[in-house]
Amino acid sequence: MYKILTKKQLNPDVYLYEIEAKAISKKVQPGQFIILRVDEFGERLPLTIADYNADKGSVTIIVQAIGASTIKLSHLNEGDFIQDIVGPLGKATEFEDAKHVCVVGGGVGTAIAYPSAKFLSQNHVKVDMIAGFRNTDMIILENEMKVIANHCMIMTDDGSNGNKGFVTDALNKMMEENKYDLVIAIGPIPMMRAICECTRPKQIKTIVSLNPIMIDGTGMCGGCRVTVDGKTKFACVDGPDFDGHLVDFNNLVERNRMYKEEEGHQCRLSKEGK
Amino acid sequence: MANMQNEKTPMPFQDPTLRSKNFEEVALGYTHEMAINEAQRCLNCKHKPCMEGCPVGVHIPEFIQYLVNDQVDEALREIKITNNFPSICGRVCPQESQCEAKCVRGIKGEAVAIGRLERYVAEQGKVAKEEVKSNGIKVGVIGSGPAGLSCANDCAKAGFDVTIFEALHQTGGVLSYGIPEFRLPKSIVQKEIESLKDYRVKIETNMIVGRTITFDDLWNEGFKALFIGTGAGLPNFMNIPNENAVGVVSANEYLTRCNLMKAYDEKYDTPIAKPKHTVVVGGGNVAMDAARCARRLGDRVTLVYRRSLEEMPARHEEIEHAMEEGIEFKLLTNPIAMIKDDLGQVSGMTCVQMELGEPDDKGRRGVSVIEGSEFNLDCDYVIMAIGTSSNPLLKDAEKSLEVNRRGCFVVNEDQMTSVQSVYAGGDAVSGAATVILAMGAGKKAAESICKELLG
Ligand SMILES: Cc1cc2nc3c(=O)[nH]c(=O)nc-3n(C[C@H](O)[C@H](O)[C@H](O)COP(=O)(O)OP(=O)(O)OC[C@H]3O[C@@H](n4cnc5c(N)ncnc54)[C@H](O)[C@@H]3O)c2cc1C
Ligand SMILES: Cc1cc2nc3c(=O)[nH]c(=O)nc-3n(C[C@H](O)[C@H](O)[C@H](O)COP(=O)(O)OP(=O)(O)OC[C@H]3O[C@@H](n4cnc5c(N)ncnc54)[C@H](O)[C@@H]3O)c2cc1C
Ligand code: SF4
Ligand code: SF4
Ligand code: FES
Repeated sequence: MYKILTKKQLNPDVYLYEIEAKAISKKVQPGQFIILRVDEFGERLPLTIADYNADKGSVTIIVQAIGASTIKLSHLNEGDFIQDIVGPLGKATEFEDAKHVCVVGGGVGTAIAYPSAKFLSQNHVKVDMIAGFRNTDMIILENEMKVIANHCMIMTDDGSNGNKGFVTDALNKMMEENKYDLVIAIGPIPMMRAICECTRPKQIKTIVSLNPIMIDGTGMCGGCRVTVDGKTKFACVDGPDFDGHLVDFNNLVERNRMYKEEEGHQCRLSKEGK
Repeated sequence: MANMQNEKTPMPFQDPTLRSKNFEEVALGYTHEMAINEAQRCLNCKHKPCMEGCPVGVHIPEFIQYLVNDQVDEALREIKITNNFPSICGRVCPQESQCEAKCVRGIKGEAVAIGRLERYVAEQGKVAKEEVKSNGIKVGVIGSGPAGLSCANDCAKAGFDVTIFEALHQTGGVLSYGIPEFRLPKSIVQKEIESLKDYRVKIETNMIVGRTITFDDLWNEGFKALFIGTGAGLPNFMNIPNENAVGVVSANEYLTRCNLMKAYDEKYDTPIAKPKHTVVVGGGNVAMDAARCARRLGDRVTLVYRRSLEEMPARHEEIEHAMEEGIEFKLLTNPIAMIKDDLGQVSGMTCVQMELGEPDDKGRRGVSVIEGSEFNLDCDYVIMAIGTSSNPLLKDAEKSLEVNRRGCFVVNEDQMTSVQSVYAGGDAVSGAATVILAMGAGKKAAESICKELLG
């Protein structure tokens, strides 16, 4: 059992949890994730390690409550216990000696992108950040991003923060003024796909972080298959980061719909049961 | 006087129509009378041919004679000299190609039902706990499948302080995530694992060696020897067009959802597809288990296998049970492409018809495609059960471990890997094999560990 040390609500449906996980906290590298089970009956839920503290023996996750299991998780509070946590899983992000990097986050994807940006800035790489949200109430990690980024642009779909537009608009603008040698884009699949289309003509290497449905996270089930450069890869061990210009996004969209009906049913149940 | 009845004493089974909709055990087990009657069929042969057929050399005639004399506890003690987990082996060993294949009663009629008797003894017998004093030396076991459990058991009984590290949230390896409840109840597996705690064995789940903890960490924590029993868990695919369509899954994924994550039990959150027509590709135990789970959770199930019934590697009993439960068999058939609809969901597969060739030197008959035999098979779910390879996770993390071309760990005759004091066994060394072979390898490694550390 793994104890919840702190819980913070970052926006109406995103929560931050700092959880005691000593062994994992000593091994984490940026880009890696854990799999947790909320309780004995729970699904295995993959979540990126947003931050960690080896001295304290803790890892931090930032999670959006969107379905049965993440909603169940959001009901736990400080002092409660999580049944299982395993990790760190996946390959660490490879930054390839980049000199000037633009990190783009969409929605809760911002939480997954932020640790990479923080790592780069701590290692004296010039980092710009772009993050996009539905509206101003949904913005997360604003101060954290501003501290580490050279230049930080926060966009909202409805302009309620005074900065209307999509992350692609911001990136196109930033690319005019800067010469990036690496772009990291993490967020909803359509957003990652759109970012890749912005960077492709300019041949800027673009890393995306894929989130297919997973079970074990160790290469045992093949549920996390993605098609990259025409080849089958297991996102949990070969990824989750891949070269965005080589990813078959159509296949990813199809595969993530896999349990939609079954999940939809469970989701209603859990909401009614509350 | 021996019982000269030619057939095995029949095993009571759950009715096929009933059981094809539940996950309760199919084989119900012998009663006392049935067990004694079957035991009396054994001729107590002096040269013990059956024993040679058993990979761990269970003292078969001896244990059966105890049973004939109604000394069940003695029978269990005799089995446990060479086999740590008879309640498991009695259920899942491919007896027809091992112990029972060599039984002399099999020449004129059916072999003695050694496996069924072993199961009976394991269920009814009791052996007292041995008092073992700790020698204070730490041994680490990586993986809690049959190989790891068997190694842990023997090391603990030799006095070592054993810790098992398991990557998943549950122990048992394939016994827990692969083989279904209706064939091997999980309560039996967990009971065997619990009994290890009597010998101070510590179990740490959610521990991926190579990730959560490394060999260096383990040496620093004072472990003096390690055993690798990580299995061969990486699922193979055929690399045919549209294999990544939605609804095409590996048997590992399907069985994990079913067994480990208990998708059949409403209490669990695990989602699982409820297809109308599932096609399972393969002919081994894994294919049979996947097909029988799909029959229980879904509707129509067809098994597609490229050779004929005779070449099927699955246990005979499982093939029979699958047929009784209404699974259709399409033999000498091989898929060459999946077909998907506009949403990317699998809607069928293109297959070809195969024919058997002449046997090769090993007696196995090759297969070849019949020209122009292509046809489409409609389905809405496909489970690929065409084998597994070894998982590269540990060898990628610990580069000094030597592996062969197939990615399996290389060991010497003492089960030691290329790294001093690191032993390995089971599927991680042999590639996908059997429960009893994995147990045998774990046992042998435990002997070698004793030899190295205790002299
Ligand atoms: C490597 C990895 C890292 C991730 N990191 C984070 C993170 O840091 N924070 C975070 O909030 N989420 C993260 N996710 C996504 C998170 O795991 C899913 O949101 C979660 O599994 C949904 O479970 P649920 O039961 O709450 O929702 P469900 O009821 O299962 O699903 C709700 C909706 O989400 C879709 N969905 C289901 N599983 C996934 C999945 N694995 N990825 C994307 N969509 C899915 C379903 O099709 C459905 O439309 C990550 C996923 C992966 C694979
Ligand atoms: C569906 C199915 C049905 C089968 N039916 C039969 C049958 O009827 N009869 C029979 O004899 N055989 C059967 N087999 C084969 C048999 O189960 C295997 O040969 C046997 O389980 C191998 O045992 P093992 O201990 O080597 O590995 P496994 O049982 O595979 O156990 C390996 C364990 O190690 C863990 N692990 C892996 N990597 C790490 C790591 N880095 N750190 C920590 N832990 C790790 C895994 O999570 C797993 O729990 C079947 C196999 C399957 C898949
Ligand atoms: S362990 Fe398996 S092969 Fe050996 S006697 Fe028992 S059932 Fe037969
Ligand atoms: S070969 Fe058959 S009959 Fe002979 S001892 Fe073994 S089990 Fe008994
Ligand atoms: S999650 Fe099972 S193989 Fe990747």
